[in-house]
Amino acid sequence: MSRWGTGPLGRVIRAGVGRRRVQTVVIAIATMMAVASAVVAGSLMVATNAPFDHAFAKQHGAHLTVQFDPDKVSEAQLKETKQLEGVTASGGPYPSTSFQPVDSQGGHLPSLTLVGRSGPHADVDDLDLKSGRWARKPGEIVLSASFTGPVLKVGSTLKTSDEAGGQTLTVVGFATSVAKTADAWATPGQVRSLASKDSPVTSQMLYRFADAGSKGQIAADRKALVAAMPSGALVGTQSYLDTKRAADSGARATIPFLLAFGVLGIVMSVIIIGSVVSGSVGTSLRRIGILKAIGFTPREVVRAYVAQALIPAGAGIVLGVGLGNLLAVPLLEDTEQVYGTASLTVAWWVDVVVPLVALLIVGMAALVPALRAGRLHTVEAIAVGRAPRTGRGQWAHRAAGRLPLPRAVTYGLASPFTHPVRTIALLLAVAFGTVAATFAVGLTQSLNAVGAASDPEERSAVTAISGVPEGAGGGPSVERKPRGGPPSGEAPEMPSADPEKVSAAIKAQSGTASYYGLTQGQVAVTGLSGAVEASLYQGDTSAGRYEMISGRWFTGPGQAVVPTGFLERTGTRIGDTVRVTYQKDTQTLRIVGEAFDTSDDGLHLNADMATFAKAKPQTFQIAVKPGVSPAEYAEKLTAVVEPLGGDVFANSPSEQESMILILDAMAVLLTLMLVSVAGLGVLNSVVLDTRERVHDLGVCKALGMSPRQTLSLVLASVAGIGLIGGLVGVPLGFALHGYVLPVMGHAAGTNLPPSILEVYDAPQLVLLGLAGIVIAVLGAMLPAGWAAKARTATALRTE
Amino acid sequence: MTHVIELTGVAKRYDSAGAPALGPIDLSVAKGEALAVTGPSGSGKSTLLNLVAGLDKPTEGSVTVAGQQVDQLSEHGLARFRREQIGIVFQFFNLLDDLTVADNVQLPAQLTGTSRKKAAARAAELMEVLGISKHALAYPGRLSGGERQRVAVARALVNRPALLLADEPTGALDTASGHDVRELLVDLHRGGQTIVLVTHDLALAEACASRTIHLVDGHLALETPAEAAR
Repeated sequence: MSRWGTGPLGRVIRAGVGRRRVQTVVIAIATMMAVASAVVAGSLMVATNAPFDHAFAKQHGAHLTVQFDPDKVSEAQLKETKQLEGVTASGGPYPSTSFQPVDSQGGHLPSLTLVGRSGPHADVDDLDLKSGRWARKPGEIVLSASFTGPVLKVGSTLKTSDEAGGQTLTVVGFATSVAKTADAWATPGQVRSLASKDSPVTSQMLYRFADAGSKGQIAADRKALVAAMPSGALVGTQSYLDTKRAADSGARATIPFLLAFGVLGIVMSVIIIGSVVSGSVGTSLRRIGILKAIGFTPREVVRAYVAQALIPAGAGIVLGVGLGNLLAVPLLEDTEQVYGTASLTVAWWVDVVVPLVALLIVGMAALVPALRAGRLHTVEAIAVGRAPRTGRGQWAHRAAGRLPLPRAVTYGLASPFTHPVRTIALLLAVAFGTVAATFAVGLTQSLNAVGAASDPEERSAVTAISGVPEGAGGGPSVERKPRGGPPSGEAPEMPSADPEKVSAAIKAQSGTASYYGLTQGQVAVTGLSGAVEASLYQGDTSAGRYEMISGRWFTGPGQAVVPTGFLERTGTRIGDTVRVTYQKDTQTLRIVGEAFDTSDDGLHLNADMATFAKAKPQTFQIAVKPGVSPAEYAEKLTAVVEPLGGDVFANSPSEQESMILILDAMAVLLTLMLVSVAGLGVLNSVVLDTRERVHDLGVCKALGMSPRQTLSLVLASVAGIGLIGGLVGVPLGFALHGYVLPVMGHAAGTNLPPSILEVYDAPQLVLLGLAGIVIAVLGAMLPAGWAAKARTATALRTE
Repeated sequence: MTHVIELTGVAKRYDSAGAPALGPIDLSVAKGEALAVTGPSGSGKSTLLNLVAGLDKPTEGSVTVAGQQVDQLSEHGLARFRREQIGIVFQFFNLLDDLTVADNVQLPAQLTGTSRKKAAARAAELMEVLGISKHALAYPGRLSGGERQRVAVARALVNRPALLLADEPTGALDTASGHDVRELLVDLHRGGQTIVLVTHDLALAEACASRTIHLVDGHLALETPAEAAR
C-alpha cells in the first residue's frame, strides 16, 4: 500500500478532503484567519521591541549630526574627517539652513531645518522616501514625514517667507530620517539660494563612530572632531541619543497596548486552530471504523487523518501568511507614525515561525484524536452515529427542559454539553473575542479622553495674543504658540499689546462665553536643576483646567498644580510646598493637586498668575457662546485688538489628536480581526455540530419542527455559550483595560485621572456582554440556515 | 367515504433522465383503514411513505392528506402538517438519545406549542397504555428494541394524528419484540387509527392491515383487500 499518491491511503485522504467541502473550506478559512492574526500580532510585538534602534540600524543613522561653518573649513577638509580615528562612516558635507515657511493661505509654519541632498540614499542616514519623489530641481522640497504643521500633500506649495521676494517651493515627497537630521530636504542649489544674513548656510556632516553607545563616548567622538578642525569651525552638534530618548518615550506608551492585542491574537489563534482541527478529526470516528473494518491499520488511519487535517490547514496557513503580511502593512504604517521611525516590515522570522508553529499545532491537534480513533475497536467506531449515545449532556437536557422557553430553544441550549471539550474551545474563542472588543472599546474611549484632557488651552475656540508687555524685560517667551498663529521663533515680531486693554476688548466683544489669561515660561524650582515650564493663569480658568489625578485645581495665589513627573522628580506630595522663582521673584507655593499633564516631560507647574507680581498674560484663551463662529468672532476681535498691537486667531484641531486617531484605528482593526477569528471558530464548531446532529435534526423535522424552530435550536445551541463567553470576557476585558492603561500611563511618565481610567458605564458593559452572543450567533447563522433548509428525507438517511 | 389519503397521478423521479422511482400511481386510503405497502427493496415503498409524510415532493401529480394538498405546502406549512396530522414510526426508532423517554414522547406536542403540563399528561397517558411508564425517566439507550419502538409509537401518537405512518416498524426487532409491536398496531387499528404500514413482512401486513398493496419497480402490482389476504 503506497504511503500517499494514488494508493488506497492517498485516495482515502483525497476523498476525505474533497467530500467534506464545507468543513475543508471552514478549516482552511479559520486557519487562514488565525495565522493571519498571529502574523499581525507577532509583527506588532516585534515592532514594539526597540523600534528606534532597529530603524536607526536599518538607515545607518548618524550618531552625530554636526554643523560646520563653511567659511572656516573647506569641503575637502570635511571629507577628510572620514579618516579620523573612531569614525566608521560619514555623509556630507550637505549645505544646510533654516527658514520659516508660509503656507498658501499666508499662515506661518514652524521653522524648518533644510538640508541640500541630491538623493535620499547615502552611506549614513539612508533616508526612506515614504511618498512622492526626491527633489530634482530648484523650487522643489521634500518634507519630513513627521512634519507637524498643517496638512500638506505632494503638490502643495510653500513660500520661503511672506516677503515680496519669497520663493515658492512645491512639496514633491515625504521622507523619514530616523536620526532627525533635517525637517526638509531640497537640492543643494536650492538650499544655498535661501542663505541670508539671519540664516547662513552651514555644512552638515553626518558621522557614525565605532564607539557611540553612551553620552560619554559621543562626547569623546565630538571632542576628537573639534580637535581636528580649525578653531570655531564646528557650530553645532546633535547626538542620536537625544533623538532616541525622545522617540522611545513616545513609543513606550503604546507598547502595552500592542502587546495586549498581540498576546490576545496569538492565544486565540492557538485555540481556534486546535479546536477546528481536533473537532474535524473527532467527528470522523465512524468513517475511521469503516476504514479499519476493510483492512487499514491503526497507523494508516492516523496518517490519513493527520494528512486530511494538514491539507486544508496547510492551504490556510499559506494564505494566512500572505493575508497577515497584507494586513500588517497598514498597521505597521500606523505604528511607524506613532514611533516616528522608518519603514517597519513584517520580520522574516515571523513569516517562518508562525506557519511552523501553526503546522505543529495542526499536527498535534489532529494527532491526538486520530490516535484515539486509531486505538478504538473497529466495532465501536462503526457504531458511532448508529448506536444510541449515552451519558454526556443528558443532565443538561433534563435541566434545560424545565426552562419556560420553547422546546426547540431549550433543546438547543442543552446541546453544547454533549461535547464539553469542543464547547470549552468555543467558549474560549467567544470569551477572547469579547475581551478584545471590551478592551478596544475602553481603550478607544480612554484615548479620546486623553485627547480631551491634554493641552486644555487648546480647547479654546479663539486665542488672542497680547505678547510681552513693555517693562517686562527678561520675561519668558511665548513657548507654546497658538495653533495656526505666528511662531515663537525669531522671524516675526511678537505682538506687544497691553494685556489689560486686550482683556477689556474681549470682555466687551459680543459672543464671548468665558476667557482666561495665560502666560507660559520658565521658572526655577529649588532643588531641581534646570528650568521648569510654568503656566500662569488669570481669571476664569474653568475651561482651561487640566484633568485632576488627585487633589484639586488651585483657587488662588500661592498654590500650585503639578503633574506626576514633577512630584516624582521633586519627591513631593500634595500638601508639600516648593519654592519657585519667576523673573527673580521667589515665592513659596503649596502643591494642591496632581494634574494629568504630559507636556514638558512632566516637569510643568500651573499656578495663579497673581502669585508673581511681574507676570502678565501673553495670551487670552476664549470660549465663544454656542452658535458663534470662532472664525467670525476672531475676525471681529482682530479689528479691535490689532490696533492695540495684539493679534487674534481662531484655533483649529490639534495635532495630537491625529496620533490618537491612529491608535483608535489600530484598535478597531485589531478588534475586528480578533472578533472575525472568534466568529470563524464558532462557525467551524457549529458546522461540526450540525453535521453530527443532522440526523437528529432530521428526526425533529420529521416530527414537525419548522425551519424557524430548527434555526432557533441551532442558534440557541451557541447563544448560551455566547452569553457565558460574554459574561467571562467582559470582566476580563475590563480588567485588561484597568491593567494596561496605567502601564501605558507610567510608560509615558504619568498617573491617569479617573476620566481616562473609568470610561465604562453600566449599559455599555451590558451591551458588551451581549457581544459574546452576537459573535456566537453571527458565527452560527450560516450553518443554522443550512440546518433549517436541509431536506428532511436526506437528513433522516444520514448516518 | 372520507379519504385520509388521496394520491392522484403521483410520480417521483430522482434522476430526470431515468425511470421514475415511483408511479405514476393513484391511491386513496379511507379513514380508519390500515394499508400495508409491501414490495421488494427499491420498489418505491419508502418513496411513497416520504411523499405522504411530506418529507419529499412528487415530480408529478398531487398528494392530499387529511384534506391538505401536501405537495403545495411551504416548508413551514409542511412542518405544521407533520406535527398536527402525521405520526411516524421508523425502522430504527429515531429516538433522540439525549432526551428521556418521557421527553421524547412529549417533544412533538411541545413543538405545537402545547404547554409542558398538558404534553406531560398526554405522554403519561400514552406510556401507560403502551406499557412503558416505568421507563419514563430512562434514556432510550438503556431500553430493548421493542421498548424503544413502543416509545416511538407513543411519540407518533402524542398529537392524536389523523394518520400513523410506520416504516418497517419491526425490521430492527427480534421476534418477540416484533410480535409485541404487531399486537400494538392491531390494537391501534381496532381503535380506529388510520395506518399506512410499509413492510417486507407479509405476516405483519396480514395481521395489521385491512388492505395491502404490492409495489414492484414503483408500480402497483397487486392490491389485496384484507379479507382476501386473510
